[in-house]
Amino acid sequence: MLSITETEVVSFSQELISRCNEVVARYPEGKQKSALLPILHFVQAEFGWVSAPAMDRVAEFLDIAPIEVYEVATFYTMFFLQPRGKYVLEVCRTGPCCLVGAEKIMRYIEQKLEVKEGEVTADGMFSWRGVECLAACGMAPVLQIGPEYTFYENLDERRVDELISNLKSKQ
Amino acid sequence: MSRKLLLEHINVPGINTFDVYRQNGGYRSVEKALKTLSPDDIVEEVKKSGLRGRGGAGFPTGMKWSFLAKPEGVPRYLVCNADESEPGTFKDRYLMTYIPHLLIEGMIVSSFALGVNTCYIYVRGEMMPQICILEKAIVEAKNAGFLGKNILGTGYDLEMYVQPGGGAYICGEETGLLESLEGKRGTPRIKPPFPAVSGLYNCPTVVNNVETIAAVVPIINDGADEYMKIGIGRSTGTKLISAGGNLNKPGVYEIELGVPVEEFIYSDEYCGGIANGKRLKAVVAGGSSVPILPANLILKTVNGESRLMSYESLADGGFVSGTMLGSGGFIAFDEDQCIVRNTWNFARFYHHESCGQCSPCREGTGWMEKVLHRLEYGHGKLSDMDLLVDVSKKIEGNTICPLGDAAAWPVASAIRHFRDEFEWHVNDPKSAMERNYGLAHYADPLEIEVKG
Ligand SMILES: Cc1cc2nc3c(=O)[nH]c(=O)nc-3n(C[C@H](O)[C@H](O)[C@H](O)COP(=O)(O)O)c2cc1C
Repeated sequence: MLSITETEVVSFSQELISRCNEVVARYPEGKQKSALLPILHFVQAEFGWVSAPAMDRVAEFLDIAPIEVYEVATFYTMFFLQPRGKYVLEVCRTGPCCLVGAEKIMRYIEQKLEVKEGEVTADGMFSWRGVECLAACGMAPVLQIGPEYTFYENLDERRVDELISNLKSKQ
Repeated sequence: MSRKLLLEHINVPGINTFDVYRQNGGYRSVEKALKTLSPDDIVEEVKKSGLRGRGGAGFPTGMKWSFLAKPEGVPRYLVCNADESEPGTFKDRYLMTYIPHLLIEGMIVSSFALGVNTCYIYVRGEMMPQICILEKAIVEAKNAGFLGKNILGTGYDLEMYVQPGGGAYICGEETGLLESLEGKRGTPRIKPPFPAVSGLYNCPTVVNNVETIAAVVPIINDGADEYMKIGIGRSTGTKLISAGGNLNKPGVYEIELGVPVEEFIYSDEYCGGIANGKRLKAVVAGGSSVPILPANLILKTVNGESRLMSYESLADGGFVSGTMLGSGGFIAFDEDQCIVRNTWNFARFYHHESCGQCSPCREGTGWMEKVLHRLEYGHGKLSDMDLLVDVSKKIEGNTICPLGDAAAWPVASAIRHFRDEFEWHVNDPKSAMERNYGLAHYADPLEIEVKG
């Protein structure tokens, strides 16, 4: 859920602002609201999630009402409205992936990370969740990890082990 | 061997770069179009080719283009639909990953044909790597003079931008996509007005699928006559099929429309048969939204004809015994798959993805998911099957966009063709929790009805 009690003010770096300006230039004059989704992706990549103060800052930048940002951020599944683990393992849970073992992979990840879907591990490193079809059914089962949305395909338990230990050592 | 028009050069090392793509004949269609053809010539050629939209609906592309309104002084837009989220479909990801310049080339020719000076490629947000690939390719094309101002010295200007989505299947629906591109929630618009009259920023707009746009390239290079030689009847040209599920060789295949389904599944040129030596139980031939068919009906029509991978042959028998080519998301189910569980899974998908605008879809998808969940987990009732059909009928046709239909059809068709498997879940829940119903009679030869 959206947390509206926070009063902290978020400031954007010069670099972030110039990237936002670049995006706004793609649309006709007065249509800067079109930049909203790209900018929310930038914000999430920078801060790890999309907080209410960050959304207010986006609204100010685009000269639109804050509600116009909230309603969009809550509609799309990619935006995290609460802090998550540093790495969020998003496993495809839709039909074609399930035909070749996605449910088993999710149970294995749950066991291995010792957290339920949507929760964060004690060290703050990992979360996981099931997501709907990622359009990679030929390489199933698959998972993705933001903010680059790197893909891990043809998953089995060994690959999950490798992936998690690689991410742990990357720290 | 199927002729390849889109993926001919896919295995050439470096084909994702401008230079290699160009050395292999890339961007010829832009030269030909801008220097020797008029916009109307191109629209006519595409019309003549019989190309039908590859995003799912199969609407004739040339006809869609000819509907584009052209009021004086109002900009027009071309938007490429790269939202690819229909379960079972992954061809657009493949094309954008490995041969991004084909899409860009098609976008330039199509934009020129439509009199468009700014075009967007709307890519689902999860495909960040593909977004980077396309952005890089656009820069390369621009540096080589194929984009920007005064392209190839012809006076034609075109800018192309990539727009990320945010994770929502509904943004694949073309007006949901346009809302999203305007920075709003992806709720589909009431039609009319159609995008051709009032689309992006209320300007005339054409929305086409990635593969549709890519197919314009060979049509302009070789001419509509050559394109029409491939395929069968009103299914002209080639089609990318995303093959997944329990197949020996899942992947993206470019087929000549008209290949027999049986050949597609079992021949080594394509999927190489069912994985692990198992038998085929069912197929969803065109993405999760189209009716599921048992093995016997996907291989043959009720008239005993061999079923072909074409718009018409897959639809033969209507919804009673046929299905649809849809987006070409071909999902094969082996004998150990549970149709009830899969139907519940798909129903959960549509419930999750319903935008919530129309009550039949918002409430109906959730209701169907709930009922299917209890059937799958051993708490179903025999009356549930009729209930599901009833709910699906009340969604179908009663919503602003076809997501409602897309949610209704998989449920209705699963019950139509696999009713005894559902009944078994109710009558013997203990067994149904422990094992699957198996192949049963779903691959038995059809009893051919003699007409008359
Ligand atoms: C719920 C829903 C999802 C859709 N998803 C896609 C999609 O991901 N990609 C696509 O090209 N078309 C999708 N479509 C079809 C589009 O509305 C539209 O028909 C298509 O983009 C037109 O392009 P085409 O004529 O080239 O196929 C979807 C339709 C619906 C109702």
